[in-house]
Amino acid sequence: MDIHEYQAKELFRAAGLPVPPDEVATTAEEAEAIARRLGGTVVVKAQVHTGGRGKAGGVKLASTPAEAKEHASRILGMTIKDLTVQKVLVTPAEDIANEAYVGVLIDRSSQAPMFMVSPEGGVDIEEVAETNPEAIRKLRVDPRYGLLPHQALWLADFLYEDPSLVKQASKMMTQLYQAFRSNGCSLAEINPLIVTPGGEVKAIDAKVSIDENELHRLPAVEAYRDTDAEPWAETRAREASLSFVKLEGDVGCCVNGAGLAMATMDLVKYYGGEPANFLDIGGSSNPDKVVAALEIITGDPNVKAILFNIFGGITRCDDVANGIVEATKRIDIKPPIVIRLTGTNDKEALEILEAAGFSADTSMDRVVERAVELAASA
Amino acid sequence: MSIFIDASTRLVVQGITGRDGSFHTSQMIEYGTQVVAGVTPGKGGQTFEAEDGTLVPIFNTVDRAVRETGANASVIYVPPAFASGAIMEAADAGVDLVVAITEGIAVQDMTRAYAFVQDRGTRLLGPNCPGAISPGKAKIGIIPGEITTPGPVGVISRSGTLTYEAVAQLTAAGIGQTTCVGIGGDPIIGTNFIDCLAAFKEDPDTEAIVVIGEIGGTDEQDAARWIRENLDLPVVGFIAGQTAPPGRTMGHAGAIISGSAGTAEEKMRTFEENGIAVAKRPVDIVSLVQNGLRT
Repeated sequence: MDIHEYQAKELFRAAGLPVPPDEVATTAEEAEAIARRLGGTVVVKAQVHTGGRGKAGGVKLASTPAEAKEHASRILGMTIKDLTVQKVLVTPAEDIANEAYVGVLIDRSSQAPMFMVSPEGGVDIEEVAETNPEAIRKLRVDPRYGLLPHQALWLADFLYEDPSLVKQASKMMTQLYQAFRSNGCSLAEINPLIVTPGGEVKAIDAKVSIDENELHRLPAVEAYRDTDAEPWAETRAREASLSFVKLEGDVGCCVNGAGLAMATMDLVKYYGGEPANFLDIGGSSNPDKVVAALEIITGDPNVKAILFNIFGGITRCDDVANGIVEATKRIDIKPPIVIRLTGTNDKEALEILEAAGFSADTSMDRVVERAVELAASA
Repeated sequence: MSIFIDASTRLVVQGITGRDGSFHTSQMIEYGTQVVAGVTPGKGGQTFEAEDGTLVPIFNTVDRAVRETGANASVIYVPPAFASGAIMEAADAGVDLVVAITEGIAVQDMTRAYAFVQDRGTRLLGPNCPGAISPGKAKIGIIPGEITTPGPVGVISRSGTLTYEAVAQLTAAGIGQTTCVGIGGDPIIGTNFIDCLAAFKEDPDTEAIVVIGEIGGTDEQDAARWIRENLDLPVVGFIAGQTAPPGRTMGHAGAIISGSAGTAEEKMRTFEENGIAVAKRPVDIVSLVQNGLRT
């Protein structure tokens, strides 16, 4: 789960990291009032779950409260990578003598948390990794011991010469790891980490992703979930324990298993169509889940055909068939449905479906091809 | 022959009295797996009765189960909050193989459990995996036995149902398998593609290998390079997620394109560059394996 910058900064402050004060506004007037309270030049920053806010015009300097209001009214409601800005963060503009990068993430190849630091801050770290890999120092953290003091110093020592800065940054490494660890993060990033002309090290931007599997034991972090910032279909899918990702095509897909769901989308493309979504109904085959899945798929006006691909194992094909029949009673489904079922209880499923006027096939390729044809001719 | 599990495997089931644990214990026994013990803390001394009437003693701890029954492998059907603890308990009890079926284990918990099992030299398969089956011998996990048949092909996959799809098509075409291994869809897993490839390399009965990968990470790319340098068997590859958008988790916690890294395109290209026959569709896996076995 991605959280907003202002939320990430709250977590960082709680871990003791030096983060300048800020407040969130949902209207231009609030932004003006905050700018007046903070005094001096402020930055107005769009709060959306994506990078590239600055390039999109979502981050602006304002030297007066009136200017802050003006920027906020332009930024609020603007669209950045398909996301509408509903909140802005107002924070004092800092004078910057130096910018660096600090991040910690779960590294798959070393199967452990990994720190990355670079004196090249304020830019995309992936770009630095490609163009100038020597400018990045990496450290694998042994998750049983955490970040050791000498390791924190070794990271900070790569960023600065001045011992006072090294000392401050070293403490911040430890605090950042603490925030990462205690909030179940898969990523915690400060970019940039700045040095002020007076020699203070501060975190002026924050990016945090939380491991969804940690949320059940972190209610305060779960409360950061911004359901206003996500499409209705994703909220509905999460409530029904379905994995769902909306795509741009017109063939709605309902599949059991993530790998098979991806392979089904790919096959839609192979036969000249475009998938409308990724949707995994999971292992258990509660008919209610199938109903929720059909609600979500038919809620997308682009969908012109619906494709079921079920390989029964733990999932029982008859349960899925019952769910399809039940859904057609509860909701009005306009697009044609094509069904592939094979595996556990597929004969019973076929009887249930035929009694309700549906048919089903056992070949994945035939069914996908048919769904693509139907979508194209709709 | 086979890898990781065979008819001599003596299995302890952690979480044997739970809904999934009890169902799949019956399925594994029906398939012929020697299930010698179950573990549910607080239910030690009781007996689990499988659907076919087989009785399995239940213990409070894995250690006790291993000492009293000689179990040498464990399978975990424990809820996510307790599963990393269950993995470490099994490693401490000294089993050779731990298969973690559980989906939804916190990734930071797994980083610690992974380091723990590494230290003890235990092989961990999964988590978030369907387990492994050596057709005709034994299965650990949830792979449906009836879609497999004994034969010369090794199958390794990050997915569950996509593996079933591929294996069922091989079986329907009359091509059997030595062992089918699901390594799991999480970012941190105990056994990767290379570990399985190295095991298949040592298995005299495996004549061809199918590698089923997906978006996210570099495990497939690393495997491709390892294959070119170390393996003299025909390998067929398939990658799911060519149409997946970047930055989104596609069901499996590990199935995510980060920035520009871990795309299906990159993985398929690396396969091809290293001499692996790439199947465009799941159905093409069969003909490519047939080609490989002929040469």
